[in-house]
Amino acid sequence: MEEKILELRRLCIDYPIHIGTVRAVDEVNLELNRGEVLGLVGESGCGKSTLGLSILRIVRPPGRISGGEILYHGRDILAYKDRELLSLRGQNIAMVFQNPLTSLDPLFRVDRQFLETIHQHEPKATREEALAKAEKLLGRLGIEPRRLYEYPHQLSGGMRQRMMIGLGLILNPDLIIADEPTTSLDVIVEAGFIDLLNRLRREFTLSVMLITHNLGLVAAIADRVAVMYAGRIVEVGSAESIFHRPLHPYTEGLIACVPNIRLEQEKLVTMEGSPPDLVDPPPGCHFSPRCFRVMEVCRRQQPPLQEHAPGQRAACFLYEEGAWKS
Amino acid sequence: MKNLLRYLITRVLLTVPMLLILLTLVFVVLRVMPGDPVSAMLGAHAPERVIEQKKEELGLNRPILAQYLSYLSQLARFDLGDSMIFKQRVSQPIVEKLPATLELTLVGMFFTLLIGIPLGAFAASRRRSSRDFAIRLYGNVVYCMPVYWMGLMLQLVFGVWLDWLPISGRTGSRAMPSLFERTGFYVLDTLLAGDLAACGDVLLHLFLPSLTLGIVLSGIFVRLTRANMLDVLKSDFILATRARGLPERLVVYRHALKNAFIPILTMLGLQFAILLAGAILTESTFSWPGMGRLLLERIYLRDYPTIQGVIVVFAVFVSLVSLLVDLIYAAVDPRIKY
Amino acid sequence: MDRREARGAARFSPAAGAARLIAGFALAHKKYGAEWWILIAGALIVLFVIYTALFPSTLAPYDPSDQSAGPQLSAPAARHPLGTDNLSRDVLSRVIFGSQTILGVAFAAAIVSSLIGIPLGLFSGFLGGFLDRALSLVMDSVYSFPGLILAIAFAAMLGPGVVNITLAVAVIYIPTYFRLVRGQTLTIKEEVYVEAARAIGARRWTIIGRYIFPNVIATVVVVFSLNIADAIMTEAALSYIGLGLPAGIPDWGMDLAMGKKFLPSGTWWMITFPGLMIMILALGFTMLGEGLAEILNPRLLEK
Repeated sequence: MEEKILELRRLCIDYPIHIGTVRAVDEVNLELNRGEVLGLVGESGCGKSTLGLSILRIVRPPGRISGGEILYHGRDILAYKDRELLSLRGQNIAMVFQNPLTSLDPLFRVDRQFLETIHQHEPKATREEALAKAEKLLGRLGIEPRRLYEYPHQLSGGMRQRMMIGLGLILNPDLIIADEPTTSLDVIVEAGFIDLLNRLRREFTLSVMLITHNLGLVAAIADRVAVMYAGRIVEVGSAESIFHRPLHPYTEGLIACVPNIRLEQEKLVTMEGSPPDLVDPPPGCHFSPRCFRVMEVCRRQQPPLQEHAPGQRAACFLYEEGAWKS
Repeated sequence: MKNLLRYLITRVLLTVPMLLILLTLVFVVLRVMPGDPVSAMLGAHAPERVIEQKKEELGLNRPILAQYLSYLSQLARFDLGDSMIFKQRVSQPIVEKLPATLELTLVGMFFTLLIGIPLGAFAASRRRSSRDFAIRLYGNVVYCMPVYWMGLMLQLVFGVWLDWLPISGRTGSRAMPSLFERTGFYVLDTLLAGDLAACGDVLLHLFLPSLTLGIVLSGIFVRLTRANMLDVLKSDFILATRARGLPERLVVYRHALKNAFIPILTMLGLQFAILLAGAILTESTFSWPGMGRLLLERIYLRDYPTIQGVIVVFAVFVSLVSLLVDLIYAAVDPRIKY
Repeated sequence: MDRREARGAARFSPAAGAARLIAGFALAHKKYGAEWWILIAGALIVLFVIYTALFPSTLAPYDPSDQSAGPQLSAPAARHPLGTDNLSRDVLSRVIFGSQTILGVAFAAAIVSSLIGIPLGLFSGFLGGFLDRALSLVMDSVYSFPGLILAIAFAAMLGPGVVNITLAVAVIYIPTYFRLVRGQTLTIKEEVYVEAARAIGARRWTIIGRYIFPNVIATVVVVFSLNIADAIMTEAALSYIGLGLPAGIPDWGMDLAMGKKFLPSGTWWMITFPGLMIMILALGFTMLGEGLAEILNPRLLEK
C-alpha cells in the first residue's frame, strides 16, 4: 500500500489584478506517493510553477491560495500556524529553483547561506558541526568542500545547481519540489543532474515533484506524470502509460511535438492556437478551442478527471461514451 | 587587484575634467556676468579714476583669458586669494568654518539614513498596505517642505514653546574658546578634552539643525529604499530564502536590505550635493557659523574672492564625495569585475 | 501617400500623441486607485493656487501692503484669520498675493529651462559625436553640482529683480531637460521604425519632428510639473536668504525671513502660513507630476 506523502485536494490559486482575477490553478487534485518522482509537465504559463510554490505557501503576491487543501502526511498545510510553516520549509519539504545564479543571494558566501539555514532549524548546532555537515553533503554531491567558501558568482552553473540541491537536502527533507531544475543549464549538466537525482533517491529515500516543460527529463526519471494545461490537470498516470498510451489529446500533442532524431521528420509538429485567457476562460474544457477531436459537449461542460485506464486518469469527454474512441 | 587599481586611477582621472568644468562655470558666473563688483564696492558715485585704479589693482582689466588662466593656476597651487573686504586670506575663514558645516552635514546625513532607510524597507515589506501609503505620503510631503521652514517650526516647538533645546549657535557654553580649537569638530574636541558637560551642550545645539536637515532629506531616501527593496524582493533568491524557512524579518532586513543597499549608497553620494545646499539654508536659520553663513555674509558684503573661494571649496567637496562613493561601491560589491 | 501609409504615419503625429494622452486620462480612473486620486488632488491644488495668483483681489480681504490693516503682530483671530505682521499688514492677504510671484517665477523659469534644454538635448542626442560628448560632460557636471548654490551665485551676481531671479532659477534646470531628452532621443533613435524611416529617405527634421519629439513629450510633461515644484522651492529659498525680489512685493520666502526675527517672542503665525503654502504648492505640482507619470507610463502598474 503506497503511502501518500502529499495530496492536493481541489486546490485553487488566484491572482487578482487590475483587469480581473486570473485563475492560475483551478480545482487541482494530485497525489505524490512516498519515494516516487512525480513529473508535473505543461507549457509556460499553465500554472505548474505556481502550484509548486503554493505547497510551501510562498506564492508571489498578489497571488493567493483561494481554496482547497494541501495535505502533507495527512495534515493540511494551509492550516499550519506560522511557526509550523517556517519549520516545514526547508526541513520537511525543500524547494530547488530554476536559475541557480539568481536563486542564491549574490552578496553572501555560500557557507553563510548553509549556516543560516541550519541555524534557523537547529539553533543548538555549533558552527563547526554545521559546516562539517555541509562539507560532507557537498562531498556526496561531488563538490570539493573548499568551494563552500566562495561567492555564487565564482561558481560554474552546474556547481551552483548542486549548491542549491545541497541547500535543499541539508536538513534531510522527505519531499523535494524541483522547479525547472535544469532549464537554464546545458544538456551535459542536465545529464549529470539526472544521474545525481537517481543516486540521491536511493541514498536518501526522497520523494520528488519535478516541475518542468522538458519531457525528455521527465521520461528519464519520473515514475508518474501529471499533465497540466491552463490551470487544470488534464491527465495523470505512470510515466510509461503517459508516453506510450496518452489518453488526452493535449498529451498526445505534447508528445508529438518533441522532435525525434530517429524518425524521418520533415516538418516539426506544432499545436495551433494558444492557451486561453485565464481571466475570462472559455466555458467547458480549457483545451476545447485547440482540440482536434473536440465535440459539442467539450465546449459546454468541464470534463472531470477520471480513471479511464488502469492507473491512468484523464479529463476528457472522449472516454465518457466509449463509442467515441477512435 | 591590479584591475582594481586601474579602475581607481581611471575614476580619479575622470574627476579632473568634471571639476575643471565646475571651476570654469564658477569663474564664468562670477566674472562674466553683468554687474561691476568694484562700483558696487566703492559705491556708484565714486570717481571714475578711483574705480579704474581699483580695477587695475585687482587685475580686472586684463583680458578674460588671462584672468581665467591666472585663476586656474592659483587654484592649482591651492591659493584662493585674498578677501576684498577684510585683510585676510580667503582660506582663513573657510578653514575656520568648514568643520562646522561638515559636522552639521554629516550628522544630518546620519539622521537621514536613520529615518529614511528603515521606513523605506518597512514600506516595501508591507506593499500597498495603508502603512505603505502613509510612509510614501510622508516621503513626498517631507521632500516638499522647505528646510528652513522645518527648522523654524522645530525651533518654535522645541525652542520657544517647550524651551527644551537651544535654537542658535554651536554652543552656549562659556568654556574656554581654546577648548574648541583642536579639530574644529566641537563634538570631538569636547570629548578629547574630557569635558562632558561641554560635550553635552554641543550635542544639544547640534541636534535641532541636523535633525532638520535629516528629516527633510529622508523623504528621498524613503522613496529610494522602498523602490530598491521592491525590486530586490521580487528576486528569485529572496523566494529561495523564504523557501528554506527563514522568517520574513530576516528575509527583508538581512537579505533584501543588504542587496538594496548598494544603490542607496550611490545615491547618498549624489544627495550630498543637496545636503550641502540644505546646510546653507539651515545655517542661516540656526545662526550656525559654518561655510553657508560665510557665503551669505560675503555675498551681502560683495567680497567676491571669498564668495568664489567658498563655491570652489563646495565644488571640490562634491566631486570628492562622488568619487569616494564610486570607489566604495567598487570595493563593496563582490560582483564587480574591473 | 496612400491611405494605409497615412494611417501608419498618423500614429506618430503630435495629434496622435495628444489623443493618446487624453485617452489615457479617461481610462485611467478605472485602472488606478490611489494614484488617480493623487493626480486629482495635485491638480486641484495647482488650479486653486493659479486662481489665487490670477485673481487675488477676489479672495484677499485687505491690500497686502496696507500697513494699517489691523493691530501689529496680532495672533490669528476672526478679522485676521492668519494674523497680522510687524508692519500691521494682514498675513492672509500677503499669503494670497504672494502666490503671484512664486508661481510666476517658477513657471517662467521652467519654460525658459525647457526651451533651452529640450532642443539641446534633442540635437545632441540625435547628432551624437564630439559635440554630444562635450555637451554631455558639461551638463553632467552642472547637474551634479548643488543647484541652489549655483542659483545663489547667479542671483548674487545678477542682483535683485524678477527677471534676474527667473534666470538664476532657470539656468540650474537646463541640464535636467537636456539629460532627459537626450536619453530618450538616444533610445528612440535605435528603434526599428526610425531605421525604417531613414531607409526610405526621410530627412533629419522629419525624423526628429515626427518620431522622436512626440514620444519624448509625455515624459517632458511629467518632468515639467516636477520641475516647477523644484523651482518653487528654489525661488522661495532665494527670497528667504534675501537674494530675491525687492522688498514690497509680497513673497512667501521673504515673509518667512521677516517672521524669523519675531520667532523668539512666540509669533508663530508669520512663519507658519507662508511656509505651509510653499509646501502645499510644491506638493501640488509634485503630485500632479507623479500622477501623470503613473498614467502615461504603462510600466508603472508594478508599483
